[in-house]
Amino acid sequence: MGEAKKIKFRIQRYNPENGVAPYMDEFVIPVTRGMTVLDGLFYIKENLDNSLAFRSSCRMAICGSCAVVINSFPHLACHTQIAELRVSTLELKPVPNYAIIKDLVVDLSPLFQKHRAIKPYLIRSEREEMDAPSAEFLQTPQELEAYLQFSYCVKCGLCLAACPTAASDRLFLGPQAIAQCYRYSSDSRDDGAEERFPAVDGDHGLWRCHLAGACSEACPKGVDPAFAIQLLKRLRVSRALGLGRGRRPTPVAPPPTAMQPKLPVPEFTVKPETALRREPEG
Amino acid sequence: MPKAGSPRDNYLGVRGWVWAGRYKIERYLYILHRITGLGLVLYLGLHLCVMTVFRMQGEDFYSAVMRLFHNPVFKVGEYLVFAALIFHGLNGLRLIFQELGFLLGKPKPPIYPYRDSLRRRRPLVLAMIGLVVVGAAFVLFDFARGGP
Repeated sequence: MGEAKKIKFRIQRYNPENGVAPYMDEFVIPVTRGMTVLDGLFYIKENLDNSLAFRSSCRMAICGSCAVVINSFPHLACHTQIAELRVSTLELKPVPNYAIIKDLVVDLSPLFQKHRAIKPYLIRSEREEMDAPSAEFLQTPQELEAYLQFSYCVKCGLCLAACPTAASDRLFLGPQAIAQCYRYSSDSRDDGAEERFPAVDGDHGLWRCHLAGACSEACPKGVDPAFAIQLLKRLRVSRALGLGRGRRPTPVAPPPTAMQPKLPVPEFTVKPETALRREPEG
Repeated sequence: MPKAGSPRDNYLGVRGWVWAGRYKIERYLYILHRITGLGLVLYLGLHLCVMTVFRMQGEDFYSAVMRLFHNPVFKVGEYLVFAALIFHGLNGLRLIFQELGFLLGKPKPPIYPYRDSLRRRRPLVLAMIGLVVVGAAFVLFDFARGGP
């Protein structure tokens, strides 16, 4: 049996508490088929250097914890196989535009604060129904598709690391929050667009996006935040022109007793017992 | 909160929008749009100020300066201004439509491998670049013939 293929990991190490400037640390590890960058980091932590700090949880691109910059492009470490990169050296750095806590771990609190600022929940005028729901709100499959794509956001923060505007404007809300603003405002069950607009319609809001498309390229879940931002601009302009203001959120589903009964089966329909009866042979 | 510019801060700043790295063409167009925009504003300001000052100096002085502007270096500069204007105008039109949510299609459920709306509309960007190249070539031809 031949020797396992090896790959070099160059990882930025930095601990703000010890005062040493950031430096690149190198590790050579064996690679197996299907191995992800996160698997490589675990190999290093378990076998070579247990002081290496990185964040991870689900290992399947659902929690959004393991965002890192791999060879100058932001990725989820668990969602990136080493073989697909087709290189012999991987350079890993913490995602930019977030303060470093240690090594590859960054402080994502600005992302969550901005997310909270756009009120990421359904807003309706019926307070009693919102506090004690009696049934679900009605929604057609077409109404669901209008925002479904944008609801897959896992809040990994890669879009803010990729965004050139977020890199030069610390107060910019960023693709994640603005896209989520559209996700909720375009939901047919929601009536809170006007309530959310003050948060996104300022100097550091949606009009700072100049469509570089980097956020959509970096998004590991296909959420396409750049698209959501442009759709939110359209929504904002149409509301400013007075269009769509009369739209009401979809109603609460009526109780089952109030629903129309199903039509009775017509007499001429072939009954199951008739269909199953076999004709005698001969 | 870490001190701005410190290693812990980890903030890209202007470097973040100037350097596009491995991103796709729209990211580069974003940089070029800003650079041409800033260049055109700078040119317009300089043009208005300088021309006003020269005109105030009298006709002889103005004619002498105009002869100087026929120097090939200034001609190349003038051509670059025209080329920047064509690019900025056409790309600006694309941005106006796309930033208002048009020419981007409809939301689609993300199915792997994901293709974002800009990538699905890449032919539009390529057509715009084609028009810029044709426009810039036409102006170059006009300049070579001793045009404006």
